[in-house]
Amino acid sequence: MDEKVGVYVCHCGTNIAGTVDVEEVATWSGEQPNVAVARDYKFMCSSLGQELVEQDIKELGLTRVVVAACSPHMHEKTFRGACERAGLNPYLFEMANIREFDSWVTDDREAATHKAKSLIKGAIERVVHHQPLEPLPVEINPNTLVVGGGIAGISAALELADGGFHVYLVEREPSIGGHMAQLDKTFPTLDCSACILTPRMFDVGQHPNITLLSYSEVEKVDGYVGDFTATVRKKARYVNEELCTGCGICVEKCPQSVVDDVFEAGLGQRKVVYTPFPQAVPNYPVIDRENCIYFQRGKCKACEIFCPTEAIDFEQQDELIEIEVGCIILATGYDPFDARRIARYGYGQMANVFTSLEFERMVNAAGPTEGRIVLRDGETQPESIAIIHCVGSRDQNYNEYCSKVCCMYSLKFAHLVHERLPNAEVYNFYIDIRSAGKRYEEFYQRVLAEGANLIRGRAAEVTDVARLPDEEGKLIVQAEDTLIGQQRRIPVDMVVLSIGIQARHDATEVAQIFGLGCDFDGFFIERHPKLDPVFTMTEGISIVGTCQGPMDIPDSVAQGAAAAARVMSMITQGTVMMEPVRASINADQCSGCRICNNLCPYNAIVFHEDDEVSEVITALCQGCGSCVAACPSGAITGAHFTDEQLISQVVGVLWDVRQPELVPAEEG
Amino acid sequence: MSESFEPVIVGFLCNWCSYRAADLAGTARIHYAPNMRPIRVMCSARVEPQFVIKALREGADGVMIAGCHPGECHYVDGNIKALRRYELLKRMLRQWGVEEERVQLVWAAASEGIVLAAAVDRMTEELRALGPLRWGETVISGNGHEQALEEAPAAEEA
Repeated sequence: MDEKVGVYVCHCGTNIAGTVDVEEVATWSGEQPNVAVARDYKFMCSSLGQELVEQDIKELGLTRVVVAACSPHMHEKTFRGACERAGLNPYLFEMANIREFDSWVTDDREAATHKAKSLIKGAIERVVHHQPLEPLPVEINPNTLVVGGGIAGISAALELADGGFHVYLVEREPSIGGHMAQLDKTFPTLDCSACILTPRMFDVGQHPNITLLSYSEVEKVDGYVGDFTATVRKKARYVNEELCTGCGICVEKCPQSVVDDVFEAGLGQRKVVYTPFPQAVPNYPVIDRENCIYFQRGKCKACEIFCPTEAIDFEQQDELIEIEVGCIILATGYDPFDARRIARYGYGQMANVFTSLEFERMVNAAGPTEGRIVLRDGETQPESIAIIHCVGSRDQNYNEYCSKVCCMYSLKFAHLVHERLPNAEVYNFYIDIRSAGKRYEEFYQRVLAEGANLIRGRAAEVTDVARLPDEEGKLIVQAEDTLIGQQRRIPVDMVVLSIGIQARHDATEVAQIFGLGCDFDGFFIERHPKLDPVFTMTEGISIVGTCQGPMDIPDSVAQGAAAAARVMSMITQGTVMMEPVRASINADQCSGCRICNNLCPYNAIVFHEDDEVSEVITALCQGCGSCVAACPSGAITGAHFTDEQLISQVVGVLWDVRQPELVPAEEG
Repeated sequence: MSESFEPVIVGFLCNWCSYRAADLAGTARIHYAPNMRPIRVMCSARVEPQFVIKALREGADGVMIAGCHPGECHYVDGNIKALRRYELLKRMLRQWGVEEERVQLVWAAASEGIVLAAAVDRMTEELRALGPLRWGETVISGNGHEQALEEAPAAEEA
């Protein structure tokens, strides 16, 4: 084969050139067979660097290009573009990753230079076997599925719907609103959470472009970007939505109450037929089958008897709905950290230890105590309150990461206590105060000025065993005050544990349904942590809000809108170009053994009974190569990852250690 | 050579997890042995036994196949397919007298740059201790095969 390969070695400033002898590598590359030109340049990704490639393609008639620089995940697209502009098929290009894989992971200049040569040699050997490929155009269905109706999902759905595109919003709970609906005030502006959220919820409920599927869950997703089919289970509400007017008489008449673990965080009660909160959207109630007297004992039906529109339907069944969409936005949110896991803080054992979510409900005027800050007895006002930050966060035993919102809401609590109970003492036990954000630091200063006692030190324990007379009958928080270097015991009436944000308990199962990856903490992985924070590796699926990582309300809203913008850009393009990395079967070579049929995770291989051969449905193939590796007849080719290309690369990277006596003499 | 023997390892890294783990190791400036020469594949299930054998035959002292953790495969269960193939391949290599440490399967999530770096370091150490593979003597001349038979006479194959 006679190819004219151009090799370009990037300095990346000193990122590569600091460790790899780039001039030496370029000179050496120029001496390799098939290489027509080899250059080194300060920044290959700059427009001048790209022009260098384009110019050489045009003037020297290069037929292949190798750029040795950073990871292909960073700049493969950039250089493919340069090739295309110069008239070379973009797939006749290969990247050698000599930054992330080489110069950044060793200080040994000699070894790094040698490794760079190996990686480049592998790329040269591979690229000569590359085939020109054409990206596959895929039409985009203009409908979008948004999963999760918290503030992130709401914001994404509204942006899309206002832009004129149809949205299916699927929410697991009976109402949209998410965690934000539970909160009282929001930091640092102290806006009432419900006041700013409920208008948006209402907009979602009324929007002609939004189909709201509450009390529903996505069970299955098939297809690929542009053409997904989602199967949604609409759980039986036992209330006919067509007939229900949301008058609430059923709720009033229901004789059975249970503790509300979801919306009221266990602090209050709800009826068995219920709407989670008065401003719920949609406003149809749900019958909680597990606790309903009728479902348990076959008697009662009080709701049915009193319903003026005969909307109660005990015979209702779950419904499976198929939705066809082009893109999917996941906004599945978070779980609060389970405070019981840290036994030394006594949650669940000592009555007056509360979680931050319980406290949110308590200070909320619409909550179970109507906004009064009281002990578990429901009457006594505390004279002193300890707020313990970082519960379950920044802790190697639980979650190593910072939950990002706890410092600010803990300071907000201190403020709210001062506002409601001016004579109460508040003690915040913190590790560091993380108040990075617009007007967050100012809010911290304000709370300090209001007289909150901030004690720097992680609380060691909360106990009710008194050692001193003034500790009798109190909860004692023990902590090392690291600013004065002393152990302190602070007796208080109430303790609030600022629990962190965790990935949903079922995040891995959800990730599997949508074909995403989860990181070690269970949060979904974004395509790029900095440059592509809302898209995922799975084409057409975005992640927004706290399912991606801890974040506060403005960040969640921004992400929702960002994903909507990305989706709209895809919809308005009409088609997207997909990587042509796909398998194909040579019918003449196929023996019809059908081994590949069952291997394909996407059922993309069909068997033609009449010809007794298998065929890959290109649109369904995701390009993993399982079938290519397994075909006993070698009839399947994985485009851009062919046997020939990969074996040549293997031979290339081993240029310096190849065993001469085993190798046919003609190869170079 | 034995004193300053530096093994050469060919690494097959899956595009979604382990390649990104290696990218992350770089971005985080985690230093590890420069002995592994990585090759990108879309999925660990793409790695055919013949690629591994080819690499060993061509002079590599070891081969690392790296994929996503079981249950986290970008292609549902490609890594499980890789695992099955790897177990069979290992059995064959054992019969040829190729030490087990020379072909390793590693799981590294995209967030686990440190895991991948540690695996490369560990494997490099192990291969330094083992010395060069010498494919010609071990496999072609059949010395390794005889040795394998001596060590495990019960495991004789037809």
